[in-house]
Amino acid sequence: MDRKVLICGGTGCTSSGSMKIADKLEEVIKSKGIADHVKVVRTGCFGLCALGPIMIVYPEGTFYSNMSIDHVEKIVEEHLINDRIVEEYVYEETKTPDGIIAFNETNFYKKQNRVALRNCGVINPENIDDYIEKDGYKAIQKVLKEMSPQDVIDVVLKSGLRGRGGAGFPTGRKWQLARDLVKDADQKYVCCNADEGDPGAFMDRSVLEGDPHAIIEAMSIAGYAIGATQGYVYVRAEYPIAVHRLQVAIDQARERGMLGKNLFGSGFDFNLDIRLGAGAFVCGEETALMTSIEGKRGEPRPRPPFPAEKGLFQKPTVLNNVETYANIPQIILKGADWFASMGTEKSKGTKVFALGGKIHNTGLVEIPMGTTLREIVFEIGGGIPNGKKFKAAQTGGPSGGCIPAEHLDVPIDYDNLIAIGSMMGSGGLIVMDEDNCMVDIAKFFLEFTVDESCGKCTPCRIGTKRLYEMLEKITSGEGTMEDLDKMEKLCYYIKNNSLCGLGQTAPNPVLSTLRYFKDEYIAHIKDKKCPAGVCTKLLSYKIVADKCKGCTKCARNCPVSAITGKVKEAHVIDQSKCIKCGACMSNCNFGAIIKE
Amino acid sequence: MSSTQKVKVAFNGTAEQEKALRSMIKEHEGQAGALMPILQKAQEIYGYLPIEVQSIISEETGIPMEKVYGVSTFYAQFSLYPKGKYRVSVCLGTACYVKGSGDIFNELKNILGIEEGQCTSDGKFSLDACRCIGACGLAPVMTVNDDVYGKLTKDQLKGILDKYAD
Repeated sequence: MDRKVLICGGTGCTSSGSMKIADKLEEVIKSKGIADHVKVVRTGCFGLCALGPIMIVYPEGTFYSNMSIDHVEKIVEEHLINDRIVEEYVYEETKTPDGIIAFNETNFYKKQNRVALRNCGVINPENIDDYIEKDGYKAIQKVLKEMSPQDVIDVVLKSGLRGRGGAGFPTGRKWQLARDLVKDADQKYVCCNADEGDPGAFMDRSVLEGDPHAIIEAMSIAGYAIGATQGYVYVRAEYPIAVHRLQVAIDQARERGMLGKNLFGSGFDFNLDIRLGAGAFVCGEETALMTSIEGKRGEPRPRPPFPAEKGLFQKPTVLNNVETYANIPQIILKGADWFASMGTEKSKGTKVFALGGKIHNTGLVEIPMGTTLREIVFEIGGGIPNGKKFKAAQTGGPSGGCIPAEHLDVPIDYDNLIAIGSMMGSGGLIVMDEDNCMVDIAKFFLEFTVDESCGKCTPCRIGTKRLYEMLEKITSGEGTMEDLDKMEKLCYYIKNNSLCGLGQTAPNPVLSTLRYFKDEYIAHIKDKKCPAGVCTKLLSYKIVADKCKGCTKCARNCPVSAITGKVKEAHVIDQSKCIKCGACMSNCNFGAIIKE
Repeated sequence: MSSTQKVKVAFNGTAEQEKALRSMIKEHEGQAGALMPILQKAQEIYGYLPIEVQSIISEETGIPMEKVYGVSTFYAQFSLYPKGKYRVSVCLGTACYVKGSGDIFNELKNILGIEEGQCTSDGKFSLDACRCIGACGLAPVMTVNDDVYGKLTKDQLKGILDKYAD
């Protein structure tokens, strides 16, 4: 086999037809008679979703972006047969004066350090042999042959690994508690939280799609460490590709005796099942997730008792997030010191971020803890499109906050993010530019929490609703300065009195925007203006008489007939009729309509 | 995301569907926490979860009806009303929202003449908002059944819906 062609089969690229490109590629390769020399591999996510569908040709590491079926013939003919890279289709950043460079030398890739994502975009996730070839299932064999359960926990403790799902609780300590708290438990459970509910975060999905065996291996290691023989992966039903690949991986592992009874002849049993979530954000909270696996309404339970004592079906349970597990096999193989050598003093290792919003290179990146936001947004992410200015980066989803430009140089880790009013969360990082209104963003998140509050406790159920109403009042231009004080008080009330993490963190988007963007709130209240031009009730559309040619297109497209004027004369918008839909502005060919 | 549809649609499940439902429930016998997977598979069989289906589930599993109903109304994925032949769903997750999916959603309401959670009178299209399908790199995104459309602009919408003319 001389060449390997990798095609991204992650959700992003699949959505833009990458699997059809792969089929076509195989067909053309076969028809040209070079099938013995070229292997086509459908992999998980490469990370640079903005440029999908993506294809990489080895051994050169040539990165073809924005692939289409129409490019296939030419690439096969030129590159795969005649060894000539098809320059017009390669990723712009790989073109240098010295020729085409490999993808891993570009800005997007060279600062990354892939640990959790190491196999994503490298192996075929539906082929267990691909995983085994990359040292797969070696860690579990090492654990079963050479280590006691306590040895395993000690390594994880020493590595400094903290939970990647948001709160950052030390993983080793969680395992230790689940091992020690109840000595005579007849059953214990290991669960994996793949209910990635933070909108804008998709790292867990990508790991499951790109490297599902790593999760199976890690969960069996956790099972051995705490003494559990049954595991559950709770995964969102909205991720059909991830669910499918995980199921394929589980079946393959069972067939090879790497899952089920008597693993590798050690006498240790470990079984794993998938449970599908059904679209409830609160089920990302650990006790709610377990209640949901039990087949009930996914409402959280008061803690204590903690899951390590009474978790799933009232038995001691360890629950970790997908990305946390993805680190485990390598910590076992390469050692705690290796892992602890990356990152900052209190946050070890790497973190995967999902870059989204107003940024060039939307996609997945994995960087050492301690990298600054500036490096992530401007070097790896390629900056803000259309020459716009950076306004804020939102991390931590509905539980997090907005980080303003003044904190771009803060090294990102769990503790620093909390200090500047946000949190790590699962790693969604949404960039906002000057066209985004921060009051509107706060309202957006509150609408989300109101919708997703399970209703069990009053501070969250009613408090978030009241908070949302106050924001609605402000964005309608009816807010008062007094409302700002009331809002802040209510935020702390909700934080301090809610039952679970959803309520306790729900006010964070409001608090952080109040802290850094108070001037925008004041502009909405005092000047009745939305500086970013987003809040429709505070906008008015106007026709600039000098630019209007009187073509009547706006008047014809206005759904409420608010625009009048004679042909070839400047038109006028009747503000009392206008519903601010913007149809006139998007239809004007002369840029004569402005909103202010 | 709550369903706002109030129209009562007559239940017209077939004997085959009921047979499939009952035998599927039997497969889960004795399994702890089976109600969720049962509801999910029942929705696959019928397309939605009318009260009639929920009461068969209650009868077969012995789980009280109020528990079944409590679970089916808790999760956004379960629908008590039928969906359109083509289910249009707009992502209102953060990455899509900051890139203007709210405008896309409003435009679809205009084009289809229905609100969130509703179905057009010919039963062809239903419209929902969803929270992140994980294709954030393609924001803003919508799906029609299993087809994903990314990097959307408002003027593409009519053309996309026209593809589902039959």
